[in-house]
Amino acid sequence: MRASAQVSAYLKDDDLPVFWCSGCGNGIILNSIMRAFNAMQLPPNEIVVVTGIGCWGKADDYLLTNSLHGTHGRALAFATGVKAANPDLTVLALMGDGDCATIGGNHFLHAARRNIDVTAVVSNNFNYGMTGGQYSATTPADSYTSTSVYGNPEGEFDLCEVGVAARAGFVARSTVYHVTLLQNLLQKAISHEGFSMLEVHSSCPVYFGRYNQMNDPVQMMKWWESRAVPQKRYEQLSEDERAEKVPVGVLHEEPRPDFSSRYRKIQEVAQRRARDSK
Amino acid sequence: MSENRLRLMQGNEAVAEGALAAGCRFFAGYPITPSSEIAEHLANRLPEVGGRFIQMEDEIASMAAVVGSSLTGVKSMTATSGPGFSLKQENLGFACLTETPVVIVNVQRMGPSTGMPTSPSQGDVMQSRWGTHGDHPIVVLSPASVDEAYRAAARSFYISEKLRVPVVLLLDEVIGHMREGVQVLTPDEFSRAERKKPTVSPEDYQPYSDDGSGIPPLANFGEGYRYHVTGLFHDETGFPNLDPEVADELMRRLMDKLDRYRDVYQWTEHTGTEDARVLVFAHGSPSRAARSAVRQAREEGMRVGQFRTVSLWPFPEDELRRLSDTVEVVVVPEMNLGQIRLEIERIMGGKASVVGIHRTDGELFKPSEIYEKIREVY
Repeated sequence: MRASAQVSAYLKDDDLPVFWCSGCGNGIILNSIMRAFNAMQLPPNEIVVVTGIGCWGKADDYLLTNSLHGTHGRALAFATGVKAANPDLTVLALMGDGDCATIGGNHFLHAARRNIDVTAVVSNNFNYGMTGGQYSATTPADSYTSTSVYGNPEGEFDLCEVGVAARAGFVARSTVYHVTLLQNLLQKAISHEGFSMLEVHSSCPVYFGRYNQMNDPVQMMKWWESRAVPQKRYEQLSEDERAEKVPVGVLHEEPRPDFSSRYRKIQEVAQRRARDSK
Repeated sequence: MSENRLRLMQGNEAVAEGALAAGCRFFAGYPITPSSEIAEHLANRLPEVGGRFIQMEDEIASMAAVVGSSLTGVKSMTATSGPGFSLKQENLGFACLTETPVVIVNVQRMGPSTGMPTSPSQGDVMQSRWGTHGDHPIVVLSPASVDEAYRAAARSFYISEKLRVPVVLLLDEVIGHMREGVQVLTPDEFSRAERKKPTVSPEDYQPYSDDGSGIPPLANFGEGYRYHVTGLFHDETGFPNLDPEVADELMRRLMDKLDRYRDVYQWTEHTGTEDARVLVFAHGSPSRAARSAVRQAREEGMRVGQFRTVSLWPFPEDELRRLSDTVEVVVVPEMNLGQIRLEIERIMGGKASVVGIHRTDGELFKPSEIYEKIREVY
C-alpha cells in the first residue's frame, strides 16, 4: 500500500493495513497527526511519540518517528522524562480515555500543572476497546458497556474541563468527523510552548457504538456531527440546549513559562552560586 | 602534593555523589523515608553540573521518567524505599525488557506495607530480584559502608550502561543514614562505560540487533537514529513481534547476557575462607557486625571465615559453591526471616548445614549475637 506524499515521511507503511477495526476513528487521528507534522515540516528524527496501552497505544507501530510504547496510563510520565532530559525534541503523548483519564489520571493532572512542553493527543472513544469495551472515566452515566450492562452507575468527567482546572496552557477538542479542525488544532497544540492537550472524540462502533445503538460507523459519524458545536456558539446556548452538545475548537489558551525554560534559569542560578562559593 | 580527598558523608549523600561522579545527569524521584536525602542532594547538585532534577507526582512516574530520559542518552537514576519500590516494579520491568540503562536505589526499611519507615531491614532482597512480573535480567548491588555506597553507586552506572540492564542499588536504612568517611574519586578513577553506540547508517540501524556480543548498540532519541521502543516482545527492529521463536530468542539473550558478563558486576570479599570450617555469609549492614564476630572468633583460634558479597543478584553462586567441600556450617545473619538463607541452602546442596540468624524487629545485629552463634555451631 502506498502512502500519500503528505504522510510518507512519517508513515511506516509496511504493516498496513492498520490493525484497528473497520469504522474505528484512530486511523483518522493518526493521519491528521502525520499531516500536521508534514505541514509543520518537523523532521521525523526530532519527534518522539510516546504511547500507552490500548487500541490508540498501537498508533506508533505505524510511525517512522522515534517512538516509545510505554506502560498503561504512564505515557505522560515517560514523555516527561524524554522532554525534561532533552527539551529540543518535539514530544507527543498519544493516549486513550482509559490511559489518560482513568488509570493515568494523576500523570495528566501533573503534566498540565508542571507545564512540561508535551502535546497530549487523547483519542476518547468512551470505553476500553482493546479489552472488550468496558467503561472508563469518560463513559457517560447510564450508557452501556461490557461492564455496565445495566447502564453505567458512575458519572463521567469532561477531560478538557479537568485539563483547564489542572492549568493546561492549551486545551482543545475535535472529533474524528471534523478532520480539518482536527489537523489545525494539532498544529496549534504542537506549536504551543508548554503542556497542550487535544481531546478527540473517536468512533468505536464495535463496542461503545454497538452497546449504545450505534453499531454502524456512519451512525457514529452522524453522532459527532450532531453533537459538536464551536466553542463560541456553545457559550451562547442555554443550559438545556447544552445537554446534548459538546464544544469543539480551542477551549482554553493561557501562555505561561514551561518547565524546561524555568529549569534553565535554575541551572544558571545553581552554576553561578557554585562558582561564587569557590 | 597529595590532596586530602577524605570527606565525611551520609550514606544517601554518598550515593548521590557517586552517581554524579559517574556522570548521572538526570534524577526523577518522589519523597520517601529513608531515601529522601538522595533526592534533596541531587535537587541541589544536578543543576550545578548542567543536569536536571525533577520531582514527579508519584513513584510510578519517577520510574517512567528515568526510562524516558535515559533513551535520550542521559545517565539517569531514581531512588526510593519499600512502598515506592513496589510501585516502581511495572516500569522497572519495562526497562528490563527494553534494555534501557537505569539505576534504581532502594533504601530498605521494615515492611511489608508502611511498616517501620525509619528502621533498617533487608526485606526486599527477593523483591529486588523478582519484583516485576516475568523472567527478567537485573543486577543488584548491596554495599556495606558509606564509602562502598559511593563506589557502588558509580559502579551501578558502569554495569547498567555496559550491559544495557537496570541496576538496583540496595541499601538499608543504616547505610543510608549513617555518616562515615568517603574517599572521593576523580572521574578518571572510575571504570566508566559509555553505552555502545551504533556504527551503521541511520537507515540500517536496528536497536535490538545482536552483533554477537548479546548487547545491541543503543542510539539516543534525536541524534539521527530514529527507532521504536516497546514493552511488547519485539524483534531486532524494535517493533512488536509476538512470534514464539522471536520471543524465546529475546528472553534467552537477555538472561544469557548476565551469565556471559559476570566479571562486569561480580563483587565479593573473602576473609579467612581458605581454612574456614564455619563460614559467615552476609551482605549490607549485618556484614559489619559479622566482621567483628569473625575477627574475635579467629583471634580465639577458631577456623571461621566470612564471605561478603556486594553483587547480590545474580548471586555469586559458583564462588560460594566452591567452598562447600571445606565448609561445614554456614551462618547467615539477615534482617529478614531467611531470604538469602534459602538460596545458600540450595547452593550448598546438603554438603554444609546452613543456620540463619534473623532479625525482624528493625534493630541492628550486635557482633556478640553472631559470635555466640559461631561458638554454638563450631
